[in-house]
Parts: sequence; C-alpha cells; structure tokens
Amino acid sequence: MTLPADLALDAGRRRVHARPAGFVTDLLSVALRAVRQIPREPDSVIPALLVPVFFYVLNVGALSKVTHAAAGIDFKAFELPVAVVFAVTGVSRASALVTDIQGGYFDRLMMTPVRRLTLLLGLMTADFVLVMALAVPVVVLGLLFGVHFATGVAGMAVFVVLSGIWGLTFTGLPYAIALKTGSPAAVNSSFLLFFPITFLTTTFVPKQALSGWLAAVAFYNPMTYILAGLRSLVSNGWDGVALGEALLAIAAFGVLSLSLALAALRGRVQRR
Amino acid sequence: MTAAIVTEDIGRQYGQQWAVDGVDLSIAEGEIYGFLGPNGAGKSTLVRMLCTLLRPTRGAASVAGHDVVKHPELVRLRIGVALQDAALDDRQTGRELLDLQARLYGLDRGERLERVEQVLRLVDIGDAIDRRIGTYSGGMKRRLDLAAALVHDPDIVFLDEPTTGLDPVSRAAVWEEVRDLNARQGITIFLTTQYLEEADELAHRVGIISKGKLVAEGRPDELKRSVGTDVIVAKVADVTEDVLGALRTVPGVDGVGASRGEIIVHSADGAGAMSPVALALHQSGTTVTSLTLRTPTLDDVFLELTGSHLEADAAPERGDGAPPRADAAPGAPSGGGPAPATGEEAAS
Repeated sequence: MTLPADLALDAGRRRVHARPAGFVTDLLSVALRAVRQIPREPDSVIPALLVPVFFYVLNVGALSKVTHAAAGIDFKAFELPVAVVFAVTGVSRASALVTDIQGGYFDRLMMTPVRRLTLLLGLMTADFVLVMALAVPVVVLGLLFGVHFATGVAGMAVFVVLSGIWGLTFTGLPYAIALKTGSPAAVNSSFLLFFPITFLTTTFVPKQALSGWLAAVAFYNPMTYILAGLRSLVSNGWDGVALGEALLAIAAFGVLSLSLALAALRGRVQRR
Repeated sequence: MTAAIVTEDIGRQYGQQWAVDGVDLSIAEGEIYGFLGPNGAGKSTLVRMLCTLLRPTRGAASVAGHDVVKHPELVRLRIGVALQDAALDDRQTGRELLDLQARLYGLDRGERLERVEQVLRLVDIGDAIDRRIGTYSGGMKRRLDLAAALVHDPDIVFLDEPTTGLDPVSRAAVWEEVRDLNARQGITIFLTTQYLEEADELAHRVGIISKGKLVAEGRPDELKRSVGTDVIVAKVADVTEDVLGALRTVPGVDGVGASRGEIIVHSADGAGAMSPVALALHQSGTTVTSLTLRTPTLDDVFLELTGSHLEADAAPERGDGAPPRADAAPGAPSGGGPAPATGEEAAS
C-alpha cells in the first residue's frame, strides 16, 4: 500500500495530544452515540409504543362503561397515566450495553480516558430523551380520545416530564443487571420486574377500591403514588401533596435502582 | 534507547492457573516486538494487563514510562489498542466511531477532522467509512479497528493477533500498514501473533511464550540460528525408533527428531546430508511421501523449546507416540537467546 505523498503522517508532522475530554464532553459523547442508535433500532422502540396504545384502547373500550356506572370514573382519564407508565417503564439501552460488553466495544471505551460514570449516565441521558419522546404520543392519544387535562398545557408538560423521570429511574435495574452479568438473557428477564410494579397497584381501580393483600402491596408500591400524582394532573388540577408523594416515590425507587446500577458499574470497570 | 514497555516478573493468575507466569520484557521505543505463541499461551492476557484492562496478580509493568497499576489513566493517553476481536460497534458508521474515539481523547473539532482523515488514508477503507460497520467485511473491520487505535496519535500500539481470520490479501495489507506506522511515525508496536510468518516478517525482536512463560527472546534470525543450520523434513508413513536410530548414524546429521508424522533432521550441511538421509530412509524400509530441505523457522525454535508445533491449536501428538511435553524451559532468561533445548524432538 502506498501512502499519499501529501499525507502528514511522518515523524515531522504536527502531533495531537490526547488528554481527558472532561466530564461534560464524555457524557455528551456517550449520550450522542446512544441517541443516534435509537432510530437505527426501531424494533426496540416500536413495541414500547404499540403495547401501551394497544392496552389503552383495549381497556378503555372494555371497561369505560363499567367503571363509569360503578364508580363514576372517567376511565379514559384514569387509564392515561397507566398507558404512559407502560410506555416509559423498562425502556433502556441496557441490551445495547450488553452488546458492547460482549463484543468488546466496552473494553475499547475502557481503554480511553473516558470517565467511567459517563458510560452509564450517557446511556441514561439517551434513555431520558427516548422515554420523553414515547410519552408524548401517548398523551396525544389521550387527547384524541377526549381526555381533558385539568392542569392545562403546563400540566401536560409536567405529566410528560414526571413520566420521563420515572422511566429514567427504572432503567437503573436493567443497567444493574446488564453491568453485573453482561448477559442478554438476564437483561431480557429484567422485564419481569415490570409486571409487579405496574400491576400490583391502582392500575385498573382506585386505591380505595383495592382490598386484602393487593391493598397492602399497593401501599408499598411506589407506582401507586406515581399514578396518583399523574392522575391528579389529568383529573384534579394542581395537587401539591399528590405530586410531592409521586416525586418522593420516584426518588426512593431511584435511590435503590441507581445504587444498584452504580455498584454494578463499579464492579464492571474495576480491573480485577 | 528508552524503553517503551517494561515488565518485571509480571504474572496473572486465574484460580490455580497462571495465565502469565513471571514474564520479563524490555521493549525499546520505535521497536516492533512480536509476541509469538499458540492459542491459550497467555499473549492476550499480557496485552490486557499492559493496556490497563487487567490488574497483574504479581510483578510490575510500565508503559510509556507510567506504571500500569498506579497510573493507568496516564498509560491510556499514550497507547492505542486493537484487541484480538475487532472491538467495534456495528450500529455506528466507521466515521462516527472514529469521531467518538477522538472526542473521548479530548481532541477538539479541528484535530478530530484532521486525524480522522489521516488515519482513513492510512487504512484505506474508502467510501465505506460512512456505512454502518455491520456491513463491513472482516478485513475492513480489522482496518477500522486499527484506525480507531491510532486516531489519538498514540506512541505505543498494541495489536493483539491483528490478522487472525483474515484472507492473505487483507493480511498483507495489515502488515504493510504496521510497517508504515513503525517506519514513518516511529510508533512502538507490540504485536501478538500465532503466525510464524507474521512475526518473522514484521518484528525486530520476537518473544516466544508458552503456557504463560517467556521461553525465548531475540531477533528472528538469532532464534532460528540457535536451533542449528539446515533442516531436512521427511514425511513418512510410520515413525519408528529404528528409523530414527538409523538416521542418527548418518554422517553429517547433527540431530534427529519427530513430530506429527514428520522426521526432522538437523544438519550443518543440509544439501550434503540430503542424499545419505534419503538412502538411510530407504534402507530402513519406511515409506517416504516427501523429503524437503529448508532453513530453520521459528516453528523449529518453538518445537525445540516446547516439544510441540506453534501453529497447532492444541499440542499435537508426537510422532514417537509420547505425550506432548510440558514447557521445556520454564524460567528461561528473557533478555538473551533461547533457553537450552531439552525436548526429545530437539537435536539429539
């Protein structure tokens, strides 16, 4: 192979000096790569949108009249937070992270001066963008179904952001599993966590209608308070207590899930 | 000359097994060092320790003047690495991957554009650089991997089996790129390989590793000289002690060994010994399928030191029916010539 004559690769050329890029550059670089991959893998995004739309249409169609007659509930408004939680819960780049680990690309990143924390936070930043993007069409669907937000446009924005923050905190679990195991099967099975969190709560009926063991479980399930906060934005107007409890529930869950993810990251990047 | 890479009794243990067992190296700046050994010999483990991915269990190592354990962050700024399997992301384009790599090394926009163009001209990926990496051939992936290792202008490049799995044309292209990097830019290159020809073609010095231990080190010609002069290889139907004994009595024969159905005869005057050896084989009654005369290769060095061929994934059964020999020379000195031969296949 002959090198071009004008190629400045010889010993006398101007050299560049590798140096740490800084936390923000590292974070944005990792996040940009992850965001760019999202539209390239529509198969990982489309189900996250179709499933909540399907269940929202199904549940509203099947249960609206019953719930309205039995408890006077506007089921379209009651179920919209459930639909958005379905859309944003469990959506993450954890599978892509496992692919990086198994394919050796994670090692390549590890041999750069990148801040190790940004290898996780960059992916989570991309996840936040994605879950917000997923929440918007679900809200639009609700509006098309005739749902009226008691808190107006500002409430809708808070609704989307609150949902996005919840979706973000949940990603800590699949990331913890991905980083700990490096196994795609284990990451896929993390979806099982979705079911108890989203169904052992006020998914279909209000809290006061729950009884027995389900009421007890729902009391400790953070989703109960998250749904209550989101529902308050749709149905009740600005309710500081409901929103505060929702934020506290998200924060409590986030402390747990992010602690697990950070511990797993520490284990993964530690040279053994 | 300053040392680019130094290891002192470096070792890495997995369970009870030492994957790398007390290796001492001193590699000068601007040198191409070939680290030669079969699969599982410990080559990649050593590379991963030097690249700060693995912590040594014992010993010490410095790369570009920095201790790999105490200052891994400084080592990372000075090295470029292409690991055994091209560590790429199939979902990015080649250009995106190189740009991200350059960003993470702190290069500003102007530097990134310049360096990406430079390394692209070096590895010659062509228009495919704007395609997703998943569409690349194995050879293109290897070359992109090399480009990614170079984009931040490192002083030392580690290439872990850079041509494994490549077709001959792609392999030759990678060799040319390695030579250019070293000759034109003075980059120190630590190259692991299981291909004798690769080490012979590229490396200024070769270290031979077997079962975690460095068993020989030196210039390829020095190593080859160390096993004698000419080699006569006879492929025979049946290797027996009678045949070997007959060959040992042939005038001009310095040594006789056997491996994988081949009889290996060492002689200071191979051309002169050829006819008597052929006659001795004929008289012994064995069927000879081929008889060739050649100069020693690094495989002969490896065979003499370890009792097995280098280019075999598993230790082959020896021609005399004996089990494969364990490392012949554990603890062989790293700085000098090859360790003394003790294998039965070695010249007797």
